Amino acid sequence: MSLGSKSQSDTAAAQGGPGLVSVAMTVNSKAVSADVDPRTLLVQFLREHLRLTGTHVGCDTSQCGACVVHLDGRAVKSCTTLAASCEGSKVTTIEGLAQGGQLHPMQEAFREHHGLQCGFCTPGMIMAAVDIANRKGPNLDETTIRHELEGNLCRCTGYHNIVAAVKAGAAAMGGARQAAE
Amino acid sequence: MYAFEYLRAESLADAAKQLASKPDAKLLAGGHTLLPTMKLRLASPGALVDLGRVAELKGIDKSGNALVIGAMTTHAEAADSAVVKSSIPGLATLAGGIGDPHVRHRGTIGGSVANNDPSADYPAALMALDATIATNRREIKADAFFKGLFATALQDGEIITRISFPVPTKFAYAKFPNPASRYALVGVAVAQTAGAARVAVTGAGNNGVFRHAAMEAALGKAWSAAALNGIAADAKDMVSDIHGDAAYRAHLVGVMARRAVAAT
Ligand SMILES: Cc1cc2nc3c(=O)[nH]c(=O)nc-3n(C[C@H](O)[C@H](O)[C@H](O)COP(=O)(O)OP(=O)(O)OC[C@H]3O[C@@H](n4cnc5c(N)ncnc54)[C@H](O)[C@@H]3O)c2cc1C
Ligand code: FES
Ligand code: FES
Repeated sequence: MSLGSKSQSDTAAAQGGPGLVSVAMTVNSKAVSADVDPRTLLVQFLREHLRLTGTHVGCDTSQCGACVVHLDGRAVKSCTTLAASCEGSKVTTIEGLAQGGQLHPMQEAFREHHGLQCGFCTPGMIMAAVDIANRKGPNLDETTIRHELEGNLCRCTGYHNIVAAVKAGAAAMGGARQAAE
Repeated sequence: MYAFEYLRAESLADAAKQLASKPDAKLLAGGHTLLPTMKLRLASPGALVDLGRVAELKGIDKSGNALVIGAMTTHAEAADSAVVKSSIPGLATLAGGIGDPHVRHRGTIGGSVANNDPSADYPAALMALDATIATNRREIKADAFFKGLFATALQDGEIITRISFPVPTKFAYAKFPNPASRYALVGVAVAQTAGAARVAVTGAGNNGVFRHAAMEAALGKAWSAAALNGIAADAKDMVSDIHGDAAYRAHLVGVMARRAVAAT
């Protein structure tokens, strides 16, 4: 993998070899770079170039949220974002949540509350849930959680346990933050 | 998706130059309409000019009696903005009701307005609030900007830079979301300004977003939900599809208009 110097020129601000575009970003705290086909979606970059296959593609039509990752701290659908648009950005995927073999509080809450069955939607659900807790704080009511999960579909669970997991996970994240202060 | 060349604009001037340098180039904002359309091969631009890092297109300001929102402002930024909430709270609510949180983190006001989807939310607000769309070339009033289904007054190579909303005395938007897509099945925006009332309807009209003269006249006399009793839309002008037939939409226009007024 090589990274062309970032050009400021008017005509081709993003060069990277014939037909390719250079992109460099930080994924789960690691600097990565590649020359990619401009069509490469962020989810393809993560799964196919970096082999981070925890991020899933459920629909590829921007509906299901299985592909949700954090882009500069905000939950986005990585199937509807070009990798090239993420130049210089910080990306966190489901693989980046656990620290030193210790599950993230939201992951632990999904396990504890059986917030999954087949698990296909789970990476997107958990990334969305962490984003909800980051934005809305540790005390979430059920209505808020259900409303905030509008962009994530689950074909298995009926959502009941997911909602319980998000509530518990957000509270645990608040607790962990307090303990750290 | 068909192949395209990717160009990253660093400034507005840069974007205009890049756009003009390729005959079939398109602007890329949040990509939440354009990329799905390209995946379906309904659009196949030869080049994309990414506006993502054009700082001049970002930001929200109060300028005199107008709220000014940069084209690259995301729906989430507009929904959370203290300036939007204090000057036109109903507009923050509208932005916070677009799609879902992930869509709101990427989708932009400029992209939404340029796209003029007949079920999109912002066009109704721009019409009701008598907003002005500023581009790199000129300023266009909302009434003259929206020209039917997915059509606008934008010319080739023209870039929306910001939207300016005169602050009204009252404004609200009521939407009946399609339960699957969350776009508006019917959405009605109502605004009261010094001496006038404006009502704009999205999601329903055969020809896209439109103003409702009879409702404006009624609200001009008395600003109350009751003033709209008995006024609906004409079913012959309404969209009929699997989500709702024309008569249903015509009825919903009245219901959503009354809800919007009641919310002010
Ligand atoms: C799952 C889902 C649900 C959604 N729900 C809703 C909803 O409930 N209500 C709603 O209103 N919308 C909804 N949307 C659409 C969303 O708001 C889009 O983000 C928006 O319509 C387009 O904005 P964008 O920034 O993504 O533009 P893009 O997709 O990047 O661009 C759209 C078009 O506008 C042009 N363009 C972009 N910026 C400019 C500019 N500054 N000047 C000139 N032309 C420009 C582009 O060339 C392109 O033709 C939804 C989308 C998805 C995927
Ligand atoms: S795969 Fe991205 S939303 Fe479904
Ligand atoms: S657990 Fe199977 S799709 Fe959600």
